[in-house]
Amino acid sequence: MITGFVALYIFMLAAFTGYEIIGRVPAILHTPLMSGSNFVHGIVLVGAMVALGHADGFWETLIGFIGVILAAGNAVGGYVVTERMLDMFKSSKD
Amino acid sequence: MSFWEFTVDASYFIAAVLFIVGLKRMGSPRTAKSGIKWAGIGMVLATVVTLWHPAMEAGFFRYVLMLLAIGIGGAGAWYTGKKVEMTAMPQMVALYNGMGGGAAAAIALVEMYSGSAFHHGATVLTLAVVGALIGGVSFSGSLIAWAKLEGKMNKTIRLPGQQMINGGVALLTVILGIWIIASSGSAPVLVTIFFLLSLAFGVLLTNPIGGADMPVVISMYNAFTGLAVAFEGFVLGNAAMIIAGTVVGAAGTLLTLLMANGMNRSISNVLFAGFGVDDGAEAEGPEGEMKSVEAFDAAASFAYSDSLIIVPGYGLAVAQAQHKLWEFVQMLQKEHDVDVKFAIHPVAGRMPGHMNVLLAEAGVPYDLIFDLEEINAEFPNADAALVIGANDVVNPAARTDESSPIYGMPILDVDKARECYVVKRGKGTGFSGVQNALFFGDNTRMVFGDAKQVCTDLANGLKQI
Repeated sequence: MITGFVALYIFMLAAFTGYEIIGRVPAILHTPLMSGSNFVHGIVLVGAMVALGHADGFWETLIGFIGVILAAGNAVGGYVVTERMLDMFKSSKD
Repeated sequence: MSFWEFTVDASYFIAAVLFIVGLKRMGSPRTAKSGIKWAGIGMVLATVVTLWHPAMEAGFFRYVLMLLAIGIGGAGAWYTGKKVEMTAMPQMVALYNGMGGGAAAAIALVEMYSGSAFHHGATVLTLAVVGALIGGVSFSGSLIAWAKLEGKMNKTIRLPGQQMINGGVALLTVILGIWIIASSGSAPVLVTIFFLLSLAFGVLLTNPIGGADMPVVISMYNAFTGLAVAFEGFVLGNAAMIIAGTVVGAAGTLLTLLMANGMNRSISNVLFAGFGVDDGAEAEGPEGEMKSVEAFDAAASFAYSDSLIIVPGYGLAVAQAQHKLWEFVQMLQKEHDVDVKFAIHPVAGRMPGHMNVLLAEAGVPYDLIFDLEEINAEFPNADAALVIGANDVVNPAARTDESSPIYGMPILDVDKARECYVVKRGKGTGFSGVQNALFFGDNTRMVFGDAKQVCTDLANGLKQI
């Protein structure tokens, strides 16, 4: 378990990292970036897998199962649309 | 620490690094393509090693279920993601985001139903409850946002006393949440009611918001899901979820504020006040005669210009005219030596940067595309400006008329160009319902017609010169 001040430190530093990453990004990339960050929180998939992995009984298993479906959709869908968008950006010098 | 514990933790660490590097690389057009691939590698690594996560209970059936669920969710999202039109991208992002929020809520539910969220003290339990709330709101809210932008819910329903109802549901949800935390034992009925209330709150919160404000809302829910994922990461003791979720939560919050600033509105204004609901004083529209010309004459004028700045709006994309427009621009560049630039307003399209994606789809290189701050100083020196499918973002009333609902919004100064051509379907008003003084300006010429047809006519006109 990650608890107490260690947890708070991780939270604070990660928050600053997120803030700094977006801070100086040109507006032309805002849509792909929103989509890309949408993909990154698809990491919820590993949590959903663990939840399903230790779920007991019908209802817990069902909810865990749905959770994994939703999380996989988030991760895969987020990746596919972000890559499609970014693939289209090209410079006239290319 | 066992071998697998170490391998899982080490892989999560590497994944977190890859996510941050990937997001950083997505911040510049040159490195963006590799950025998503770095993050993708991190995701695959983290997902695969999770099959050996120490908290997993053995059982063949369990693994079959897990892989089946990944297959269903992944295949469905893969198929829809490959198929979706670029114009429909915002609602697709909303949908995938909602799924992430739902997954975070599902984790919280399993942890609370099984009682394991109650074994690690009040802090962890509180995070589980708050994560379930945020995840649930993000799930149902994103689905409403998706349905609205997809045109499946055209009516914006505002119940009488909407704010009171929303406040009541919110209060009830919070009280139940505190009750669950204080009871410190699993009470499935309480948890279920709490979750259903959070879903209802997401629906109530999103429903009264109009389509124009939806991008801000989608971005906000993106940040919500990030936070929910981070909180459930604390519950599961999963560092990858904590870090990735928090980074997205912070980045998404900033992105939301940037979007709201671009529209000159505050978040609370977007959430709690409908646009144009209290239009007590109907603003006096500008009067005068619109001067209209044929596309051929416009084409001739552009051909003899030295510089042209094009302002594309969402109407261009709706008409699917961006390919024809780019064809026309290439002819101007190659055969008539015109310096053509594209100017994009921060809220053009349905999301900031959406217009850039739509232009990129047509093949327009990104170094011809400029932000509002970069280009506004160039309009007074431009021979001509061409506005296609945009309206409110070029309305000079935003600079001058304090009574206008869009007063204060930064606009593109097309009216300062020597000549300004506006392609427009008809004589109606823009998204905000405000009449545009630009259309009546001395140096403004209107080209009426469907954007795609006009772009075709412009290209044909050029061939005849």
